[in-house]
Amino acid sequence: MKITLHIWRQKDSKSKGFLEKHLLDNVSPHMSFLEMLDVLNESLVSGGKEPVAFEHDCREGICGSCSMMINGCAHGPQAKTTACQLHMRSFKDGDSIYIEPWRAKAFPIIKDLVVDRNSLDRIVEAGGYISVSIGAAPDANSIPVSKNIADTAMDAAACIGCGACVAACPNGSAMLFTAAKVAHLNVLPQGQPERKTRVKAMVKQMDEELFGGCTNHGECQEACPKGISIDFIGLLNRDYLKASFSRDE
Amino acid sequence: MTLNSNIPDGPIEKKWDNHKFNTKLVNPANKRKYNIIVVGTGLAGASASATFGELGYNVKAFCFQDSPRRAHSIAAQGGINAAKNYQNDGDSVYRLFYDTVKGGDFRSREANVYRLAQISLNIIDQCAAQGVPFAREYGGTLANRSFGGAQVSRTFYARGQTGQQLLLGAYQALSRQIHKKKVTMFPRTEMLDVIVSNGRAIGIVVRDLVTGEISSHLADAVVLATGGYSNAYFLSTNAMGCNVTAGWRAHKKGAYFANPCYTQIHPTCIPVSGEYQSKLTLMSESLRNDGRIWVPKEKGDKRPANEIPDEERDYYLETRYPSFGNLVPRDVASRNAKERCDAGYGVGETGLGVYLDFRDSIKRLGEQAIRERYGNLFEMYERITGENPYKVPMRIFPAPHYTMGGLWVDYNLMTNVDGLFAIGEANFSDHGANRLGASALMQGLADGYFVIPYTIGGYLAKVNPGEVDENDSAVKEAVNQVEETTEKLISIKGKQSADYFHKKLGRIIWNECGMSRTKEGLEKAINEIPKLKGEFWENLSIPGNSKTLNQELEKAGRVADFLEFGELMCIDALTREESCGGHFREESQTETGEAKRIDERFSYVSAWEYKGENEKPELHKEELEFEHVKPSQRSYK
Ligand SMILES: Cc1cc2nc3c(=O)[nH]c(=O)nc-3n(C[C@H](O)[C@H](O)[C@H](O)COP(=O)(O)OP(=O)(O)OC[C@H]3O[C@@H](n4cnc5c(N)ncnc54)[C@H](O)[C@@H]3O)c2cc1C
Ligand code: FES
Repeated sequence: MKITLHIWRQKDSKSKGFLEKHLLDNVSPHMSFLEMLDVLNESLVSGGKEPVAFEHDCREGICGSCSMMINGCAHGPQAKTTACQLHMRSFKDGDSIYIEPWRAKAFPIIKDLVVDRNSLDRIVEAGGYISVSIGAAPDANSIPVSKNIADTAMDAAACIGCGACVAACPNGSAMLFTAAKVAHLNVLPQGQPERKTRVKAMVKQMDEELFGGCTNHGECQEACPKGISIDFIGLLNRDYLKASFSRDE
Repeated sequence: MTLNSNIPDGPIEKKWDNHKFNTKLVNPANKRKYNIIVVGTGLAGASASATFGELGYNVKAFCFQDSPRRAHSIAAQGGINAAKNYQNDGDSVYRLFYDTVKGGDFRSREANVYRLAQISLNIIDQCAAQGVPFAREYGGTLANRSFGGAQVSRTFYARGQTGQQLLLGAYQALSRQIHKKKVTMFPRTEMLDVIVSNGRAIGIVVRDLVTGEISSHLADAVVLATGGYSNAYFLSTNAMGCNVTAGWRAHKKGAYFANPCYTQIHPTCIPVSGEYQSKLTLMSESLRNDGRIWVPKEKGDKRPANEIPDEERDYYLETRYPSFGNLVPRDVASRNAKERCDAGYGVGETGLGVYLDFRDSIKRLGEQAIRERYGNLFEMYERITGENPYKVPMRIFPAPHYTMGGLWVDYNLMTNVDGLFAIGEANFSDHGANRLGASALMQGLADGYFVIPYTIGGYLAKVNPGEVDENDSAVKEAVNQVEETTEKLISIKGKQSADYFHKKLGRIIWNECGMSRTKEGLEKAINEIPKLKGEFWENLSIPGNSKTLNQELEKAGRVADFLEFGELMCIDALTREESCGGHFREESQTETGEAKRIDERFSYVSAWEYKGENEKPELHKEELEFEHVKPSQRSYK
């Protein structure tokens, strides 16, 4: 296959970026999208030119490292698929592909397609956990959890923290990410003691970072490679409301 | 130096309790005066950092990814073992201990394995309390499955994402300590050396991967939780960034490397599709429960699989191992697939693949039943290969997956360098020559949550807090050395990328130090690798400079270490003239062609000492004793 790439190049956070054009004329449909970028980089490096910086690690759709807008879609055109799991057979011979970094105020660009997503870590640090000391846990079966609650928690916990939801949102909101973590812990019996403080602390941190507000566009759910449902945002809003009206901390 | 494993006295069931009691404690008020460095935030590193923080120590944690949550542990699918016996099917601490020693082909330490089995119980309690969404029964209790050929159901799981959920649990516990300022997190920071002064580890040298700045961090103890080295083969199921750098640089500073040739090759991975292949994807082992493995009986038969009639198919595992059939252990399945492909019977474009066929189970159970069991795996397979496994058989091939070797540690998980500890896949301790499914996650969390928090206290109680000195000449020396190496790499200005050399190295190690090995092949590799290393240092290309984010520079540093380490793997393999665990030494087989272990000569841990560049490493042996599980030959016929 012949493919024309238009890739965002940006030297560092302070420099201005631009789209750079590259022609690849020997792309196999069996390549993954990132392998296609490897081939491009390989040729850049052996010509002494700087390769395109992009983030990746597991290449199995689970670590959440890979992060790029492909033709305007977070992680590209295929639903529920991370960029690393996308394959070139999703494109046609002769296609032009535009590749850009996540664009959001809370994710400053570091270089080319690499952005800083530590704002998401800080939301978790603010309260995205159950405060149980190590060694103090009761026997695991002493806290029964009904199967559907466990399944709901797992649905929410499947979030890989890639930030596609933020990148896809016209406001750059981290509502789906935050809601998923809140829901994972707040639906479980183990998470009840901190249910209110957790949601308040996490939402507060989210507001302090440069994320935008949620105005129910639903783009986040469409872009999420793990299919996390916006129903969790409803749960977050309910819990937040209850927590705001309650006096206990 | 003599190797002292420091295994406590007493009966095996009491060793750990006695040891905990006899270990000196650090006074609670003093804990905040001690600094601990933890490199790595996978299951082992994140759980250790969180626990140290909770105990009151000051912790600095490092990882090269942009967030601690992305460590490679995230990718584990299958599950985690624990001897809870919730299914009342006869499991016990002793049985898990027994299975693990036997599974490791009698090349691990009994005392360590027993402790691991004991602690497995606490891990599940801890994780459930943290909110890890384990699979549940309708009644609300935890569900289990049997995994990797175990005869009891002791594996706990969270859909196909067990590693992810366990890591998120540890990451959350770590985040809580970061919030409390007990742990300072340094993401995008790569450790490039250990600082050793007078035989004691006092810190590390790191490079900030964004600014390129090289600096030192000092501490009273250093813990390496830096994962495994399967990427020495270039293609493996590991994440792209997994590497041996931390372990190798520690080795060059005096830490012994144990059993580097013990690697595990997983039988069911998606085969390579072309030169550009960057990594291999694991397909769950559970597929072998319902899939039948075969190749055509005729060499080079290019007909589509479905057009090859039954009598022209060679179901080689079923004929060779009638009692276990397609469920033979990982090493046996892998070796046989390679043997068939080497003999010219492989399938697919490259000839490096065998069929895993679900036709008969679909016929027997219906497509729906198969979809329920393996739906997500089938989808993943189709996404990667573009083929529908409900209609045509899957193609699979073995791939490097896990490394049992690692830094040598004693019972306290301390290396032979004072104050330098290694935990998780980075150490060698518990799996012998072969790891059982679902036991790496167990070991990572056992080490991090429950072992090292005690044993490090025993070490720290013996040293004064903060006595490490910034002006120690070892600090400056180590920093200078890292700066020099970095500049040297960047100034080669040759023509080839780091990946180019990595792929070449991978091919040599895969061919000669993979599933089956010979004296001749290993000698050839030991001859070829230094040549490749020479070529690397002459013809490497790293565009850009070292003062920015430079991913080629990161890769090059790791490949430089793999080139040296790969040679040690082969040297270790050469000295081990027996077939054992995950590997087959062709000279050491039974009359029927099965693996032959030689206990009289090789019942030891190989611990290698670095002797300097271009010098031969020195082999030290830790003899293994088996009081409880008597060594026997495995047979699956
Ligand atoms: C595809 C796959 C599936 C698996 N499935 C299972 C399973 O079902 N059950 C099971 O028990 N096991 C499984 N395993 C094995 C298991 O996942 C690993 O052995 C285990 O997670 C390793 O954990 P760790 O904490 O030791 O290391 P890792 O999780 O690899 O973490 C290493 C850490 O070290 C850091 N690091 C490394 N080098 C440096 C450096 N130089 N400087 C700074 N930081 C550094 C990294 O950033 C990372 O944070 C699987 C493995 C694979 C590949
Ligand atoms: S590289 Fe891990 S999710 Fe894409």
